[in-house]
Amino acid sequence: MSYFVQVAIDALSLGSLYALAALGLGLIFSILRLINFAHGDFITIGAYSLIVPSASATAAFFIGAWHWYAVVLAVCIVVAMFALLADNLVFRWVREATPTTLLTASFGVSYLIQNSVLLIYGARPKAIDLWPVLNSQLSVAGLRIPLLQIVTILTTLALVTVLTFFLKFTSAGIQMRAAASDFTMARYLGVRADRVIALAFGLSGVLAAVVSLLFATQTGSLSFNMGVPIALFAFVATVVGGLGSLEGSVLGGFSVGITMTLLQALLPISLRPFRDAFAFGLILLLLIFRPSGLVRASALVDRV
Amino acid sequence: MAGDRLQGFSRIARGASTPLLLIALVALVTVSGTVILPAAKQFALTEMLVMVVIAVGISIFISNTGIISFGHIGFTCLGAYATAWMTCDPMWKSLMLRDLPSFLADSQYPPLLAILLSGVWAAFIAGIFGAAIVRLSGIAAAIATFAFLIIVSSVYSNWGDLTAGTSSIINIPTFITPPIAACFAAAAIIVGYLFRASRIGLMLRASSDDVIAAHASAIPVLRLRLLAMILSAFVAGSGGAIYAHFVGILSPDNFYLSMTFITLAMVVIGGIGSLSGAVVGVIVVTIIVQVLRLFETGVLLGSVAIKLPNGSQEVGLAIAWILFLIFRPRGILGGVELCLPARAWAHRKMLSSHLVSAADTPRS
Repeated sequence: MSYFVQVAIDALSLGSLYALAALGLGLIFSILRLINFAHGDFITIGAYSLIVPSASATAAFFIGAWHWYAVVLAVCIVVAMFALLADNLVFRWVREATPTTLLTASFGVSYLIQNSVLLIYGARPKAIDLWPVLNSQLSVAGLRIPLLQIVTILTTLALVTVLTFFLKFTSAGIQMRAAASDFTMARYLGVRADRVIALAFGLSGVLAAVVSLLFATQTGSLSFNMGVPIALFAFVATVVGGLGSLEGSVLGGFSVGITMTLLQALLPISLRPFRDAFAFGLILLLLIFRPSGLVRASALVDRV
Repeated sequence: MAGDRLQGFSRIARGASTPLLLIALVALVTVSGTVILPAAKQFALTEMLVMVVIAVGISIFISNTGIISFGHIGFTCLGAYATAWMTCDPMWKSLMLRDLPSFLADSQYPPLLAILLSGVWAAFIAGIFGAAIVRLSGIAAAIATFAFLIIVSSVYSNWGDLTAGTSSIINIPTFITPPIAACFAAAAIIVGYLFRASRIGLMLRASSDDVIAAHASAIPVLRLRLLAMILSAFVAGSGGAIYAHFVGILSPDNFYLSMTFITLAMVVIGGIGSLSGAVVGVIVVTIIVQVLRLFETGVLLGSVAIKLPNGSQEVGLAIAWILFLIFRPRGILGGVELCLPARAWAHRKMLSSHLVSAADTPRS
């Protein structure tokens, strides 16, 4: 029983990270049809903004040394700025291109960010110790649960709730949903396209920033491509959940997290190194039998 | 009548001029590179020619089906390792690659046969995975090819007794020199051209323009796409095998996002819609990369020493990629094939009038 609870909490906390990242991808995709491959690199930027830029082997805290809510605020602002910058410098110039070209463009942005980080900070991974208190363990009824997992799950619940509230009940949120379901029509009806897009990139950046903080606390190390695996799984989560549907992104994120944890727990030891291969194999299978994912977004169905 | 026949003949002759021009271009670059470059720098030339094979392989799929693939480096990886399994010293294999089946572990195959068989192996796997991938379209297909790349990379990185993992396979017989690589590049160009000019290639391009009309015209879209995938995996896989015989040492990390980016950059910058685009793209990207690499080691311009920090090469390439996507999204050649001048001009004129309605890239 206690083993089961442990695995369930592992699954939920991993799923939370993927859900947050997938939500960040989904927000932009639903409006612009852009799968932002560089989302993972926004996560990397968030983590690196904690330390002083230098190529030295040891990391000295910059933003990371501040009070915790100043850290959260500052990292969110930094990553959101970078997301807006990426939009202004690159994505806005290819707005009308096909989704495939957009994906290709974001692949280029990703490569650019990774190698810029490499250029500035050096190739060696750097150890950091952000919020050590979160890495302590909580003893509840004979279970030892890392505090960070609880914080991750609660943060995700809170963010998803706030975002849902924002999208359902505020004017800006309703405009975003309108833009997501039919961008052209929404513009006819007076939705300001550039504002909605900027908002989407900003929110996506904030979500990436939160993921970067949780992830950096968990792993305790920084590397120039640390965000890539999260982004790859978040990609998959958005596809599994159904591209273009925000509920689908969250659902997909949790399904991917749960699948990965179950594979880790259930695969025989000799096969465990191939966990990613199994996970992506399952995804291929899912895509074949349900190409539009778990939640079908009506706006994406091609009409003839 | 005689005039018609003459016209028809000259049309075919001009069409066939594409592979000849491309091969001439490759030969020109090879010869001038061999003459100009010092011996120590010739590896860049060979690398470029090997990349032509891989890029043409990728282009066979992308340019004909219109589906972007992030997964072809997976096929390159399959091919590279397959040839290593076949050609390495059996003593070393029995020591390091304990999971190899005996027909591979105990014998050594001649390298040319090994390259061919490596391509066949990649094509075989493409037949299996491709059957899944070609059912999807657009974004979902791109993601599925990505999933394939990750699966290959994950299996090859972790199955140490088959691939020696991160400790690398070493001592693969190396024999690829610029002229040999140029021959392989020419062969790849001919394969790519024949497929493109064939009925199948035409039907595929028609279905990438309008898949519903293609279905309605009884074109078996999925089967043809699968065929393109298999052929392109064969070429990209053989390219991987040639790469293995060029560098002599393999690690699974060689075949992941970085090589995917470089090869896609070549195909995209050259022009995603044509075979010539892939070849020209390889040459242009190689020149960009080599110039940046030169500046990384330091250059004297007059009395000023210019030295870019390490990593500028990748950053520069990424910036070039983004600028191309913004200002020339159809690449240097814009989807046109190189051919004899008169026809190229007429072709482009036809294409540009065609594109006005297709609204290439109006910017907001």
